[in-house]
Amino acid sequence: MQKVFDAMLGWVDARFPLIKTWEEHLSKYYAPKNFNFWYYFGSLALLVLVIQIVSGIFLTMHYKPDTQLAFASVEYIMRDVPWGWLMRYLHSTGASFFFITVYLHMLRGIMYGSYRGPRELLWLIGMAIFIALMAEAFMGYLLPWGNMSYWGAQVIISLFSAIPFGIGDILSEWIRGDFVVSDATLNRFFAFHVIAVPLALCGLVFVHIVALHKVGSNNPDGIEIKKNKGPDGLPVDGIPFHPYYTVKDIVGVAGFLIIFAAVIFFAPELGGWFLEHDNFTPANILQTPPEIVPLWYFTPYYSLLRATTEEMVTKGLLPLTIVMTILTVISVRNVLAKMAAVGIGSVVVVCLFIFEAKLWGVILMGLGVGLFAFLPWLDMSPVKSIRYKGWMFKTALIIFCIDFLVLGWLGTQPASGPNVILAQIGTILYLLFFFLMPWYTTFDKTKPVPERVTQ
Amino acid sequence: MKKKLITIFAILLFPLTVAAGGGGVALDPVNINLNDKESLQKGARTFVNYCLSCHSAGYMRYNRMGQDLGISEELVAENLLFAAEKTGDLMKAVMPAADAKKWFGTAPPDLTLTARSRGPKWIYTYMRSFYRDESAPSGWNNKVFAHVAMPHVLYEWQGEQRPIIEKDSHGVEHITGFEIAKAGTMTEKEYNEAMRDLTNFMVYLAEPAKLVRYKIGLYVILFLIIFMVAAYMLKKEYWKDVH
Repeated sequence: MQKVFDAMLGWVDARFPLIKTWEEHLSKYYAPKNFNFWYYFGSLALLVLVIQIVSGIFLTMHYKPDTQLAFASVEYIMRDVPWGWLMRYLHSTGASFFFITVYLHMLRGIMYGSYRGPRELLWLIGMAIFIALMAEAFMGYLLPWGNMSYWGAQVIISLFSAIPFGIGDILSEWIRGDFVVSDATLNRFFAFHVIAVPLALCGLVFVHIVALHKVGSNNPDGIEIKKNKGPDGLPVDGIPFHPYYTVKDIVGVAGFLIIFAAVIFFAPELGGWFLEHDNFTPANILQTPPEIVPLWYFTPYYSLLRATTEEMVTKGLLPLTIVMTILTVISVRNVLAKMAAVGIGSVVVVCLFIFEAKLWGVILMGLGVGLFAFLPWLDMSPVKSIRYKGWMFKTALIIFCIDFLVLGWLGTQPASGPNVILAQIGTILYLLFFFLMPWYTTFDKTKPVPERVTQ
Repeated sequence: MKKKLITIFAILLFPLTVAAGGGGVALDPVNINLNDKESLQKGARTFVNYCLSCHSAGYMRYNRMGQDLGISEELVAENLLFAAEKTGDLMKAVMPAADAKKWFGTAPPDLTLTARSRGPKWIYTYMRSFYRDESAPSGWNNKVFAHVAMPHVLYEWQGEQRPIIEKDSHGVEHITGFEIAKAGTMTEKEYNEAMRDLTNFMVYLAEPAKLVRYKIGLYVILFLIIFMVAAYMLKKEYWKDVH
């Protein structure tokens, strides 16, 4: 038996780098031995991707991308397709858990400085995955053709019309394929949701892992384990990914699945947070839901959008731009850089006067997502991990996390009264976390980093 | 285009808080228990005999309901098929939607998912909040859904209610309660019980999987806990030699 197996393996290995791949990426891929709880979320995000693809395939077998049939076909899946309800809840709950795992994965990266050199590109590929995931979730949300699906898509697509010079209207019409969200929109979103974006996602995830294995994993101490090799040429603080982290990740998978199953079987709507009540009514072009609210994972950015009123532009963004410009001019030594800062600052100030608030809302929403991509260059601390950073970074990160949650909550609430002011303060704090990072990471008092990883 | 944009932004920035049939009315709690088969069957009878005359439950099939609630195929065929020929048909309304629109001014909405879109409390309170209003076209109004097109279909059961109106400090009139002006065939307790059964049935109707998912979920989670313990022991065994 063993002989036959070896012969087969030999046959394959002579034609495909099977053993080499296995060793490079699993059995001889050395990962730091001090991974903690936060390091589960990468593999868990991969697990959710697989869950989404598998459950999605089954849903696609029964779903009809047609405005006349879509809503009924989802209810058909929920009632008449054997285990259809399970596939649907796996998929709808999976969408939310995808964002939970990805957000925690990103927070891990920020805490331990995983975006710092030599992992900048790894972080940027991760950002591309994040944006693809948002596109995937947004387009998937239209497919059940509920009333919130419809109006959510209507509002978000019409944001593109805020782009000036007549481009915006043409662009949003081009995206919809019609003047309003319609059958054409549903069909193309279906195409994007089931093949275009998932294909891109899988490719990006593959590249993300290839890039990770090139530079090696960071760890909670933010130390490069490759700098400390034993006589055998292997990192002394590293252990082979397989079997050590495969068996450890299985524990994480089990823990995750317990929570995941609890939601699927006991609270698939999660009180309207994972499946909105208004989406149990079919899309109705004549009836706007009382509140158009995106699902929770988009609400922080939605808050940034809604917070940007005329007043916010003149009393918030204008002073912010001026202060940031002055601060930059004082701080940089290079004369060219000083001039560039003044130039960019003035252009932004002029633009703040020229363009309408709604455009700035859309820009802030984009910044809310996109600013994460600049972290590798905004963080100027001599150390990577939060363990050795000082109080300034820790305070900034705690404020940012609370701010993110508050903005997320405000995004689900009516934008009126004190909510508006609160969201505006939250918006400024959100921007300051990124804008001031070069300063507070430079002046922060850091602790000495140990030679070897700590347990 | 610009106007539409402005409208959409107005919706964005200043969401309407009061919608048709929503807004600010206190809803009464209702005891939902899908294990109570008898209650579900009673609710189904009320639903098919009354609601289904005008409303559809167009995503649900008669025989599925029969199977789930323990009503035999023959009984379903004899007693419940008003608007359908086969027990495998979807539960369409008896009244054609076009006629209903002509008579009521609006087509009666499908009720399959009302328990999920509006919630059981809303249904339970709504069904008990009709009152006489001579100014309304149907002669009826509702505290939960003001100026609703639907007349009080079950008035023979409940009787006729008159609202008790009180003025608050701003001089705005509020309905604080109801009194029975003309008694129906049921006592208040019986009517409440019937409406609880109906609501219970509509919760089932909105999500038939609810009957099984709790039970399956328990086994799944029990398995996962055992799996996690085994996985943890395996991990510990492997990690013994990591120092």
